[in-house]
Amino acid sequence: MELTTVWFVLIAVLWIGYFTLEGFDFGVGLLLPVLARDDTERRVMINTIGPVWDGNEVWLLVAGGATFAAFPEWYATLFSGFYLPLLLILIALIVRGLAFEYRAKRPDARWRARWDVAIILGSLVPSVLWGVAFANILRGVPIDADLEYAGGFFDLLNPYALLGGLTTLALFLTHGALFLALKTDGEIRHRARNLAVPAVAVTAVLAVVFLAWTQQQTGTTGSAVAFVVAALAIVGAGLAARAGREGWAFLGTFVTIALAVAGLFLALFPDVMPSTLAGGASLTTTNAAATAYTLRIMTVTAVIFTPLVLVYQGWTYWVFRKRIATHHIPAPAESASVR
Amino acid sequence: MDPTDIARWQFAITTVYHFLFVPITIGLSAIIAGYEITWLRTRDERWLRLTKFFGKLFLINFAIGVVTGIVQEFQFGMNWSDYSRFVGDVFGAPLAVEGLLAFFLESTFLGLWIFGWDRLSPRLHAACIVLVHVGTLFSAYFILAANSWMQHPVGYAFNPDTGRAEMNDFAAVLFNKVQLVTFPHVVLSAYMTGAAFVVGIALWHLRRARGEEDRAVYRPALRTGAWIVLVAALGVFVSGDVQGKIMTEVQPMKMAAAEGLYETEEPADFSVFQLGTLDGEEETFAVKIPGLLSFLATGTPGGEVEGIDDLRAKYQETYGTDPGAAYYSPGDYTPVIPLTYWTFRLMMGLGVAGAVVAVWVLWATRRGRTPQGRAMLTAAIAVPFLPLLANSFGWIFTEMGRQPWAVFGLMTTEHSVSPGLTTTEAWISLLSLTAVYGVLAVVEVRLLLTWIRKGAEELPPAVPTDTGEDRPLAFAY
Repeated sequence: MELTTVWFVLIAVLWIGYFTLEGFDFGVGLLLPVLARDDTERRVMINTIGPVWDGNEVWLLVAGGATFAAFPEWYATLFSGFYLPLLLILIALIVRGLAFEYRAKRPDARWRARWDVAIILGSLVPSVLWGVAFANILRGVPIDADLEYAGGFFDLLNPYALLGGLTTLALFLTHGALFLALKTDGEIRHRARNLAVPAVAVTAVLAVVFLAWTQQQTGTTGSAVAFVVAALAIVGAGLAARAGREGWAFLGTFVTIALAVAGLFLALFPDVMPSTLAGGASLTTTNAAATAYTLRIMTVTAVIFTPLVLVYQGWTYWVFRKRIATHHIPAPAESASVR
Repeated sequence: MDPTDIARWQFAITTVYHFLFVPITIGLSAIIAGYEITWLRTRDERWLRLTKFFGKLFLINFAIGVVTGIVQEFQFGMNWSDYSRFVGDVFGAPLAVEGLLAFFLESTFLGLWIFGWDRLSPRLHAACIVLVHVGTLFSAYFILAANSWMQHPVGYAFNPDTGRAEMNDFAAVLFNKVQLVTFPHVVLSAYMTGAAFVVGIALWHLRRARGEEDRAVYRPALRTGAWIVLVAALGVFVSGDVQGKIMTEVQPMKMAAAEGLYETEEPADFSVFQLGTLDGEEETFAVKIPGLLSFLATGTPGGEVEGIDDLRAKYQETYGTDPGAAYYSPGDYTPVIPLTYWTFRLMMGLGVAGAVVAVWVLWATRRGRTPQGRAMLTAAIAVPFLPLLANSFGWIFTEMGRQPWAVFGLMTTEHSVSPGLTTTEAWISLLSLTAVYGVLAVVEVRLLLTWIRKGAEELPPAVPTDTGEDRPLAFAY
């Protein structure tokens, strides 16, 4: 396999890592106003992702950095072209990350309510916009002969892309509900499980329509196989959720997200950002790539360190494997005052 | 302002802001690791109280460093896409490696450290904060390698077919001579900053402490902190001195701009401060140390230091007369002189002041003394800001002194900006990020003050490491 193809695959893997992992912690944030009835319950939810959300987000940073290094042209066109959506995502991720850390640092209700809004909006905005962004990459955007994005913000808001946004929103919400059903105990666990069944159904419909539309536009045999497995996995997730098999259900949405993203990348290959402009040029794995020398160095680094990262991130999930319930939540931090 | 100006302001604001939190993260993670290891060895509870107290402050600081770091990675592509296309092959690699080696390590093990008090054995728990610190060092190394390449590009060849710089020697990029001296300079400054943060807080608490028991907690933090400030400061001075000589060699204009030296002199004096026209072309009054600039630049008090006018002629001969537009004053290839002149002095002056306060603190607390008097209180409040601001001015000097270049000798800042960036987009981005950062600064400082006031509280009864019992979490959000 050529190195440019290897790096296309590796970047797909990084996005799969990002969406399967941060996908559920976006879902937990989205469900904060839905599943929790009081502050303690909200804290139960937040603490299920407390030790891991930051590590999950690093997958995005590495995907960004790897794109910069392996496909500089792709990084440049994508980031400068999708300017405003990325700015919104940045601001969302800033307030969301701080909310987790700062929310519990004061006992008063207004402080906490404000950070709750930050968590909810900070989870909602990227959940929708990542879908919009990826759908636009698949669909193609106006890129001129100099490989510059030639469209505007509103070119990104087409029906296909908006359906993509709704699909990622629904997927992450369902993924989060199943994660909560797996990681909590008591009332929240029941509520999460009860919500998950209809959520899976709605998500399955959206995902099937979106993936079929994608397949019809740019699909290949490979993407068709991936999309079919993704569809089967979400049906499986629904059945497992109904049967109360929370672990299997979560694995189901995990596989759905992984294969849907894999299918999108398969449908994209060998383009990385196709152009819709007459006389424009599409970015491909070849014309957007770094030199073979840089790719070789990066490959060696990735081969050594990615397995190591997987091992220690996996270990973290093992260390914090216990379910959390309201009786595990300590009293709120006392009001700090000058002695 | 055109999009380039706005994008430059955004880079300046977001980077200086981000780098207020980074040195504290690097320095404080090392100090907290030291506390926890000392506690493990001595089982003296004071060290555990300090671990937990400064641990909380560390987290408040770390969180904002992390989230503002995402902007750093994204804005290269968003605002500086032509730069990204041109350098991606060289500059992207250390960035990607930084993510893979450093960010995963920091975030994963910090999560384990925060929530793992009752889940991990004490030794494993201490290992987590050590790994967080190692992660911060990796992070510093790779991002500084990327920056050093902008100051002194090596290990690449310009490819006229693709129109970009292409890497041909990764080792040369990683072991760039600018990098080899910048890394110790920046990391030692970070230790100094982290330790000054501890000194300020410990001093304030020591003065307020009621009982001997409380004083016994803050005194060791204060004394060790002041020693770290002092020793790190010496390292910062030495590495800074070496750095000055390398800078004179690879970017002579930056050294000339640091002094506002227009004509080549041998020996060249260093002015502690000067009054005159803003760009320093005519001076009316100056306090000068004879030969010091020669010493800083060349290592000998009589050495020749090239002046701005000669260098400008030289640069014009090498690089042509019009590299871009007017991002430098007063003529081609000259950075903004008042800015380089004063940031250079503020960097050094505040750094020296930090070291002086550390000596004073060590003297005033010798043999169990507790310093009284308002001067000490002022020192307590001031000391964390001295190295912190020295860092900021150092970076402003380094980056502004490189102008008009984004990559020295290869690409100007003017040519780096995203061609499609509109003024409206650039404004929306600059204003929204600045507004968010401003609000967060207020929130963060108030939160830090609240938790600083609480102090190193007495510990609740020790939680045994996981015994399978259904107890409340040792730490919860």
